[in-house]
Amino acid sequence: MLIKLKIFRFDPEKDETPYYQTFKVEADPMDRLLDCLNRIRWEQDPTLSFRMSCGHGVCGSDGMRIDGICGLACQKLVKRFKEEVLIEPLPVFRVVKDLVVDMVPFFEKYLSIKPHLLTKTSPPDQERKQSPEDHKLFEEAIRCILCACCTASCPVNQNKETEDYVGPAALVRAFRYLFDSRDEGSEERIALLDQKNGAWGCQTRWKCTEVCPKEIPVTKQIGQIKKRIYDAKQPKE
Amino acid sequence: MIFQHDIIIIGTGLAGLRAAVECTGQADVALVSKVYPTRSHSGAAQGGISASLGNDEEDHWEWHLFDTVKGSDYLGDQDAIEIMVKDAPRVIYELEHMGVPFSRTAEGKIAQRKFGGHTRDYGKGPVRRACYAADRTGRVVLDTLYDQCLRQRVKFYSEHYVLSLILEGDRYRGVVVYDLATGELHLLQAKAILLATGGCGKIYKTTSNSFASTGDGLALAYESGIPLEDMEFIQFHPTGLYPLGILVSEAARGEGGFLRNRLGERFMERYAPTVKDLAARDVVSRAIVTEIREGKGISGKDYVHLDLTHLGEEKILERLWEITSFVRIYLGVDPVYDPIPVQPTCHYVMGGIPTDVDGRVLKDEKGAVAQGLYASGECACVSVHGANRLGCNSLLDLLVFGRRSGLAMKKAIQQYQHTPLSGDPLKTLEERIKQLSNSSGKEKVDEIRRRMQSLMMDVGSVFRNEEGLKNGIEEIRSLKERYQKIRVTNPRKAFNYELMEAMELSHQLHLSEVILFSAFHRRESRGAHFREDFPGRADRYFLKHTLVFQTPKGPEIRYKPVKITRFQPETRVY
Repeated sequence: MLIKLKIFRFDPEKDETPYYQTFKVEADPMDRLLDCLNRIRWEQDPTLSFRMSCGHGVCGSDGMRIDGICGLACQKLVKRFKEEVLIEPLPVFRVVKDLVVDMVPFFEKYLSIKPHLLTKTSPPDQERKQSPEDHKLFEEAIRCILCACCTASCPVNQNKETEDYVGPAALVRAFRYLFDSRDEGSEERIALLDQKNGAWGCQTRWKCTEVCPKEIPVTKQIGQIKKRIYDAKQPKE
Repeated sequence: MIFQHDIIIIGTGLAGLRAAVECTGQADVALVSKVYPTRSHSGAAQGGISASLGNDEEDHWEWHLFDTVKGSDYLGDQDAIEIMVKDAPRVIYELEHMGVPFSRTAEGKIAQRKFGGHTRDYGKGPVRRACYAADRTGRVVLDTLYDQCLRQRVKFYSEHYVLSLILEGDRYRGVVVYDLATGELHLLQAKAILLATGGCGKIYKTTSNSFASTGDGLALAYESGIPLEDMEFIQFHPTGLYPLGILVSEAARGEGGFLRNRLGERFMERYAPTVKDLAARDVVSRAIVTEIREGKGISGKDYVHLDLTHLGEEKILERLWEITSFVRIYLGVDPVYDPIPVQPTCHYVMGGIPTDVDGRVLKDEKGAVAQGLYASGECACVSVHGANRLGCNSLLDLLVFGRRSGLAMKKAIQQYQHTPLSGDPLKTLEERIKQLSNSSGKEKVDEIRRRMQSLMMDVGSVFRNEEGLKNGIEEIRSLKERYQKIRVTNPRKAFNYELMEAMELSHQLHLSEVILFSAFHRRESRGAHFREDFPGRADRYFLKHTLVFQTPKGPEIRYKPVKITRFQPETRVY
């Protein structure tokens, strides 16, 4: 089938403003959109830039806005689209070139939530024990591949006035540690998250959950973080 | 720009990150990757990491050693394998302490599952040895090690592509990198350089590997005069999702799934009577291709079925969530109710840059050490995998030898000071880039690459023969000539992937030639290398490692002996 891809183009070396360019690609209905993008780059216009690597939704490189919804180009099959698909870079982030955006602020926010196990006691000789039930509490969160589709879709992050919000991706990782029974840093974590731009930045708009390519219940997890903060602040009996 | 560091690590998969964790704090370490670190291909590893913890049933490192030696078809160096399997439990506990979210047993210990070729009591039956986090083990370990590096503020050069190794006299002194974001070249000077760039699966049309797996480190070492070891041994994973080649973890069979042909037969019973679907990967891949050749592929096509339908939805979603998601997305098939179409897919290169057990690169068959250069992970050949790697032994290899390389580098740099470089390596490369852009040639990277990928499938995959290999070598040489006439038409500086892919293709063509050349000269069948014209293993002639050197006249072959300590070669049946 013939499919048209209307692609956002911007090259700071030569363009004053972004523009859209439409390419026609002959594709199999089972092809990935990523395959189409590659074919354009290889056969029609080598100046088109976008990130990619694994091609099957594990590395998280090829997040972009597809017909207005953030997702991974390698996870979308051609057959799902009618004649024309609109392809744009992830919103929220600064466009560097075409579909490539500046991910540095994303990883800075990620780092700010202390994405590692905080421990006070020294570990045993063997593994720290953890029940399957305790493991299950955060298992969905470890599916996260840091593709940034959630943060890019978040209306709070999209709003210039509230763009300092740490964002759903960082909070998913915070959740993963906060609810890991092996972590001994909940006080420190709760202090970090109990901020206007921390967990409270979330306005429960659900966009993150709608777009997550790994089907993580992001909004629900942020809600659980909020509850955990609330519980921690209650006077102890 | 020129930057100086004590240690430069190229590649941010598990081997590179683990090495960095080992030496940061005591040395100025910088990591270089052509992608963002969390995009590295280690993240696509699914099934687990092998270690004889014995959490579910009795297990011993001696059994793990035997299985790995047998899996390697007796080509693995047994001294190195012994180091690896003895270190395995420590590796797992260390990861757990860092925070890796392993799946758990009812008692709260790290859960373990069965995997191909891993057995109890020297081959009596499958054993639970693979430590896992559902089917996303590589990804969670990658994230954990990345987080450890962030915590220690290790310097990352993300989206920087290495163009060459700087060799002055007999010492490796640094690398030249191409900054993808700006198009600028930088020189990174180092006292020690670790190549941890992973595999080269993208040489083949059907592969589980990422687009980034173009074998850059292998080719850079080779071009600088280092031989490549055992490159004829390319692993085809039995269960690649048809037709894309995406990995469907062996964990699917470890959890009880099995293969069926067009007639519904569980055909592995015929090929491996004892462990059946859990035989080593080379055995299972050959069985699948044999069934297909005999007309027993599904609907007469080039695939068979992987059947999980008897496992039940709960187990499938709990332990195999990722692969279930792949099958649903890419085929619209639900593995809970319907079998999965699979075919062998190029997955792993057993061979690589020869190293000792501390990651030091060896530059000849006598074991002379290349000063300042180290390698670990898939791009290295220690050799712990010999002619065929067992599932779950790769992550173990990365972690054991990544760490050992880190330790060795940390020690070695103490005796060495930076001194100015004599040449101007940046200039040489700037000229090469100009040449590619100003060339009057008409050849296109994509066309040459596509031809190479099809050719390698035809002559260099599961079954090989002399005629195919001979013709293959000739055609690769003609593709190399065509490559001389390529032109990079994208004149832009920022994110010029066309330029990077042109460089990658040069690497891929070199490696294709080495693979076919090594395979041509090994006139026997061993592990993943199966010669239809020499179907038996010939220990008398070929119980030795291949080394291929680049010379002005083309590749030159030499050999070195295999280290055998405990297990003499025996007939290999599963």
